[in-house]
Amino acid sequence: MLSIGLGHYLTLAAIIFTIGIVGIFLNRKNVIVILMSIELILLAVNINLVAFSIFINDLSGQIFTLFILTVAAAEAAIGLAIIVVYFRNSDTIRVEEIKNLKG
Amino acid sequence: MIAHSVFFYIFSLIAIVSAVMVTVSKNTVHSVFFLILDFISISCLFIMIGAEFLGMIMLIVYVGAVAVLFLFVVMMLNVAEQKGQWFSSRWDGGTHIPVGLLVSLIIFFELIIVIGGWKYKPDLLNSLSINISTEVTNTRSIGNVLYTDYILLFQISGIILLVAMIGAIVLTYRERAGVKRQSYVKQISRERDEGVDLVDVEKNKGVKIDA
Repeated sequence: MLSIGLGHYLTLAAIIFTIGIVGIFLNRKNVIVILMSIELILLAVNINLVAFSIFINDLSGQIFTLFILTVAAAEAAIGLAIIVVYFRNSDTIRVEEIKNLKG
Repeated sequence: MIAHSVFFYIFSLIAIVSAVMVTVSKNTVHSVFFLILDFISISCLFIMIGAEFLGMIMLIVYVGAVAVLFLFVVMMLNVAEQKGQWFSSRWDGGTHIPVGLLVSLIIFFELIIVIGGWKYKPDLLNSLSINISTEVTNTRSIGNVLYTDYILLFQISGIILLVAMIGAIVLTYRERAGVKRQSYVKQISRERDEGVDLVDVEKNKGVKIDA
């Protein structure tokens, strides 16, 4: 309990990952919160990679985290751009009113 | 060691609570603020565990860029205050809440089972590619491999960022009517005939310009 091992970090990452999933499942508000949940999920993945990298003494995990960070930033930029365009066209980004794709 | 564990529990508690608040807070601006708090506490954890460079990069990229981008979009779209209840839904009467919670609980317990029953491969420590050296700093050792072994991935991620930048610009760009702008083609292709006008001026009479 008192000495922090790999399991602690992995559990923290699992909890944050699950909270991100819950945020996607239960969201009926706007799409921006869904994008934020995706950021949370990517954060959990980053925690896993960094924890493994430190605890098995291999630097590759941190390098991959760097690339995940890049992709997450690109994803956030594109997603927010799509949301802005959608809002301009249809004046709403409520999840339940977005049904142009008939999904 | 004790201080390390105490700080681990403090930061992870803050991270978990703020992650919950991201998903449940009614006001989207509050969600963004809790997202920032989450990133800050996780980057504190990274710095504590010994990945200083990544912790600082998290602060710069997420808190400095991504979260501010989210804030800009939330305020630009004026969707900050959401009317109505938490997670309320008009079309399914709220049945998605128990089902979603059930599914995510199952996902969580699957993850926990994997963590609990997982073992290292016995020859893992011999098959490592890049050992973390204790003599050089974290930033320096990342730099040593990032620009040599991973140079291709590094450049590909640069291209990804470029594509994302151009994509965002192309998506949000719109032509506005009534904006005066410079046209290089028009400027360069102007001939002498349309630019210069020779007139004979009569005595004691002026010339009307821009007639």
